[in-house]
Amino acid sequence: MIAEAGHFALWLAVGVALAMGVLPMLGAQKNRGDLMLLARPLANGLVLLILLSFLCLIASFVRNDFSLLNVASHSNSALPLQYRIAASWGSHEGSLLLWLLMQAGWAWAVATFSRKLPLPMVARILAVLGLLTFSVLLFVLFTSNPFDRLFPVPADGRDLNPQLQDPGMIFHPPMLYMGYVGMSVAFAFAVAALIGGNLDAQWARWSRPWTTVAWTFLTFGIALGSWWAYYELGWGGWWFWDAVENASFMPWLVATALIHSLAVTEKRGSFKSWTVLLAILGYSLSLLGTFLVRSGVITSVHSFASDPARGLFILVMLAITVGAALSLYAWRAPKVGLGARFEMVSRETFLLANNVLLVVAMAAVMLGTLYPLILDALGMGKISVGAPYFDAVFVPIMAVLVFFMGVGPLARWKNDAVPALGLRLRWAAGVTVASAALTAWIGGSITLGSVVGLLMAYWIVASIAAELWERVRPAGGVRSNLWHRLRLLPRATVGMMLAHLGVAVFCFGVTMVGTYDIERDVAMSPGDSTTVNGYTFTYQGAQGVRGPNYEGMRGHLVVTRGDKTVSNMYPEKRVYRVQRNPMTEAAIDSRIQGDLYVQLGEVIKGETWLVRIWVKPFVSWIWFGCLMMGLGGLLAVADKRYRVRASSASVSSGTGPVATGSAAVSA
Amino acid sequence: MKWLRYLLPLALFGAVVAFLGVGLGLNPREVPSPLIDKPAPAFTLARLDDSSQKISRDDLLGKVWMLNVWASWCAPCREEHPLVIDLARRGLVPVYGLNYKDTAAAATTWLNKLGNPYTATLVDADGRVGIDFGVYGVPETFIIDKRGVVRLKHTGPLTPEVVRTRIEPLLKTLNAPV
Repeated sequence: MIAEAGHFALWLAVGVALAMGVLPMLGAQKNRGDLMLLARPLANGLVLLILLSFLCLIASFVRNDFSLLNVASHSNSALPLQYRIAASWGSHEGSLLLWLLMQAGWAWAVATFSRKLPLPMVARILAVLGLLTFSVLLFVLFTSNPFDRLFPVPADGRDLNPQLQDPGMIFHPPMLYMGYVGMSVAFAFAVAALIGGNLDAQWARWSRPWTTVAWTFLTFGIALGSWWAYYELGWGGWWFWDAVENASFMPWLVATALIHSLAVTEKRGSFKSWTVLLAILGYSLSLLGTFLVRSGVITSVHSFASDPARGLFILVMLAITVGAALSLYAWRAPKVGLGARFEMVSRETFLLANNVLLVVAMAAVMLGTLYPLILDALGMGKISVGAPYFDAVFVPIMAVLVFFMGVGPLARWKNDAVPALGLRLRWAAGVTVASAALTAWIGGSITLGSVVGLLMAYWIVASIAAELWERVRPAGGVRSNLWHRLRLLPRATVGMMLAHLGVAVFCFGVTMVGTYDIERDVAMSPGDSTTVNGYTFTYQGAQGVRGPNYEGMRGHLVVTRGDKTVSNMYPEKRVYRVQRNPMTEAAIDSRIQGDLYVQLGEVIKGETWLVRIWVKPFVSWIWFGCLMMGLGGLLAVADKRYRVRASSASVSSGTGPVATGSAAVSA
Repeated sequence: MKWLRYLLPLALFGAVVAFLGVGLGLNPREVPSPLIDKPAPAFTLARLDDSSQKISRDDLLGKVWMLNVWASWCAPCREEHPLVIDLARRGLVPVYGLNYKDTAAAATTWLNKLGNPYTATLVDADGRVGIDFGVYGVPETFIIDKRGVVRLKHTGPLTPEVVRTRIEPLLKTLNAPV
């Protein structure tokens, strides 16, 4: 009965979503207040219905209802409770229901936190979100119903894929989907503004915080996925340029371009049609990623059960949604106008360069991901693309991007001059080169890649320091008000600096682990020890262990440095009872200066195991950098100006069409 | 003609959708190979562990063997590797590795780390032989019979199911005394 209730709630949601997609839009076009006012209550109803359905699915998993195909295929009565709950989004069907819940959740959030927006704008935005939800609902109900029954009812379930039985699995997908689906809000703002003809600085100001929040979720989601791959797959790597990883990375690159482009549109009124295009592109790439992962057109390490019928449905959905948005763009954007002019050297130019580079990087990733498919479709032979391609293409683009990242924030809007900028950054440049040389010298191994990586990291830090100094430098040499001036910095600026520092931390981690990573494979009998990079690993032996749904062997290693015991490490080799696949659980001792990573390989003979030991300097900085980027985004959203009454003073452009909505803005 | 500029994104998008639509009808794991039941392409390649020794197709005539195409940069190769090791350990078939578009150092490290199931690893650094074999994406696996004829091609990582349902029965018939 619970499952039927969930299924029924989904069908009700179809009706609500359709009403939400059509009525408020009609109201906005015909200027009928009663229809426009329907948008908010419909959004509330939609989220309640989908939440109900989602809770029904979780309840079926918790109660071990194996008469549901979904539960029988992805759970087991021996599975611990927290993983039974997480298993609700571990399957293709369940993950789409999660997607729906988030889609409706974002619509609800827009409905709730949009009191300042003029009603026609809200009505249009919610209508677009309603239509997007409607199409995903149809996809779920027609191709991927999570509530399908199974007969005869099996005695027990086939269990969740052991790789997914991990805390990372509980948090990674919801975070990532919040980001994916959050891009639909930026999309809806863009489409609504195209329809309403109010594509201006005001629109950019409204959609900025939403886009930044979505970007933050996407950042956290990708970082969590990378961290999960690092400790769960046991390959010691953190990014594999796998098709699924690329599918999440492409929207991130575009979203990053978008938040920067929105800044220009808000402050200067420029880049409007470009910003709109990025907003459309961001959500399109989220859909494209879904298509790639769910349709089986590309082979990947994390494939969902794929099905061409589903692929066709998503493709049609993609074609209609994005095709309609781009047609609207082709029709409305030519009338938008250009915004304020700017000189060759100005902050606008640097942000434009940032946008172009990010989009080129995205295109490079997309090309690498789709190339095998496109050549095959053309019948032009067969090719494979792997990490060598991505590394070769991606790193140079990022190096240029990081250089601009240092200069851009210091450049003035409208126009600046190269000699003046060079003068302001001369200390930063000197410090960068000196520190990079010093680090490489201490590290003892200098490669081109490591020098470039270190230059990137230090350049960001040094240029942020230069900017900070310019902003808080006491005018008359009075030092007492330094702290006071620091506190006066707008949160948006601090957020930007924090996020950029995060990029530096990330670059540093990637470079250090790429250059100084040490890996040893040692055959070890109990009592044997080996020394890697100053750490002595002594193998104590292995014992059998029994988990709730697996059996395995647990090794024990004592790590010492000098006379001090640093750590006790327990790597495991598990065999899960139902699916019978062996799983390696690496033991990881994580610290600021680097990780110790130990894994049990194979039994060589008797009690002798092949033990794999890594010492990975500064690897956790990779994810810590991502955390800083995300926190920077949150800080920027918390900026005061999004909460106070919008003033038109910051918009110095008068060339764009006058905002139809801005007059109606009230606190 | 200014409006043409604004139609460009739509046109590009249309092209991508068209390709994806065609791609949907193709299964990347089941590329029909024109090589099936044809003689394997001729090759002479150096061994990874000793580049002065060469192995050519004709050296392997007279026995059933398996060609496993891999590279150290290929993530799915790691996934299938335990199965290849298992196949080799059970002595079902001699497995030859084709190290595709890789560097000797990276490939050697990879084998030392994950185990080396290969009777010999052949170095195909520029991917020439891979192209002759119609390698679509790494990993790929071929089975070649005693007369040097390709009898099976599998694209993508091996799975226990493929080994059980396709490779083992085929090896049984191929190895049966005539």
